[in-house]
Amino acid sequence: MLQEVLGSIFKKPATNLYPAQKLEMPDKFRGKLKFYPERCIGCKMCMRDCPTGAITINKLGEGKFEAVIDLSKCIYCAQCVDSCPKKALEATKEVELAQLDKNKLRVVYSSKG
Amino acid sequence: MHNSPDFKIPIGPQHPALKEPESFSVALKGEKILGVDIRLGYNHRGIEKAAEERSYVQDIYLIERVCGICSHSHATCFVQAVEEIAGLAVPARALYIRTIIGELERIHSHLLWLGVAGHEIGFDTLLMYSWRDREVVMDILATITGNRVNYGMNTIGGVRRDIDAPQAEAILNALTILEERTKYYIEIATEETTIIKRLSGVGVLSREDVLRLDAVGPTARASGVKRDVRVDDPYAAYAELSFDVITDNHADVYGRTVVRVKELLESCKIIRQALKNLPQGPIAIRAPRKIPAGEALSRYEAPRGEDVHYVKANGTEKPERVKIRAPTLANVQAVKHMLRDRFLADMPIVVAAIDPCFSCTDRMVALKEQAGGRAKVINWQALHNFSIEWHKQRGIDFAPLNKKLKERLAR
Repeated sequence: MLQEVLGSIFKKPATNLYPAQKLEMPDKFRGKLKFYPERCIGCKMCMRDCPTGAITINKLGEGKFEAVIDLSKCIYCAQCVDSCPKKALEATKEVELAQLDKNKLRVVYSSKG
Repeated sequence: MHNSPDFKIPIGPQHPALKEPESFSVALKGEKILGVDIRLGYNHRGIEKAAEERSYVQDIYLIERVCGICSHSHATCFVQAVEEIAGLAVPARALYIRTIIGELERIHSHLLWLGVAGHEIGFDTLLMYSWRDREVVMDILATITGNRVNYGMNTIGGVRRDIDAPQAEAILNALTILEERTKYYIEIATEETTIIKRLSGVGVLSREDVLRLDAVGPTARASGVKRDVRVDDPYAAYAELSFDVITDNHADVYGRTVVRVKELLESCKIIRQALKNLPQGPIAIRAPRKIPAGEALSRYEAPRGEDVHYVKANGTEKPERVKIRAPTLANVQAVKHMLRDRFLADMPIVVAAIDPCFSCTDRMVALKEQAGGRAKVINWQALHNFSIEWHKQRGIDFAPLNKKLKERLAR
């Protein structure tokens, strides 16, 4: 016990100096979704499988689609990534998604931007 | 008044000693507990009903959120039932991965419990120790699944992520640390006099009572009942792995502590075997979106005891009925029995000793009119008025207080 106490005194803190120092997320981490409009075929399987209805695929024109992702609804299960037959969705390691403005939680991916 | 047998104190629904809202009404004579009334229903979330409104794939993520600690248990139990109805042959590798995650989850749950138990008896050093070591297993779970809780590993027909060679190596390294630490905990649990004296003879539940009240999990095993779904009705890969069911004859909170710390070592043993024998092959097979009509009952040994899921399918994309019996529901009646004739000061540790998870277990309570026996639906405003009237009848009138508050706000 004394050994533990002395050891802990001279050890560097277990916490990080966030935001100066950031933790690296594990490889399989499921963070903010990324959408590749050029790969989407508009089958809407992601919309059907999303447990919370966070993703909406809109048809913009012939073979052109945009994805609207509501980050406040998303539970980051990445089922849509598994459901997509064309790999148009990808889970990134992005975790800093807090916003003061609720409208900024609605992310639109279209072929232009 | 204090010594009258009618002296009742409410503990909960909101109480600093309870982590979740649940109501215990304790009848006291001095410090002695004469009887306990437990009332569930403060944390009901309607997950079973919500599951009927969603497709099977969506339900996995909903059911996973029944419990924060044993999320893999509930999700596995649910997908097992669906796979049985659909007649899917899940690949062996997927079954092994499910087993590994399940056992890692058991380690993390038991270490968490050990810390909570230490905290409840005022042994906070144990809390600091075990929660520090719990980080090891949490990090491993994050590496394999991507998340510390709500792993999202299961899918109907298999698992979603594979375990590769470097990850297996990382698990083995972590296990070496954990085994060493667990041996230290076993030493503490069996030799430390403070623990032995504080926990011995507290919350006694005899073998007969376990059988009569149908307690499950470590609570039952601590009373010498060899009850473990992993052996009684093997699921996943447990039939091919060898391990011991830990039992103890102390039949009290001390026995439950011993069972849990020894189970940590068994879990390490199971994971080592599963990693060594991990078969090659696919990790999932394609599952149909529409599950044929049928019903299935699935059992799973969650860290807290036997978890039961019942699923009824009607041939569509959505289940017709999902029924969840969390282990706490089976054990909560035993708590009532354990507390009788004990001291009030033992209550926190006795309740904590079954490792309760009240939101998982919560049921809806339908209030029936005493005369007609019919259920009545009342809206929020009516319920509000009813509660004001109820308190008024018992001599508590909020009207003057409300008036005072309004006057103050106006000023």
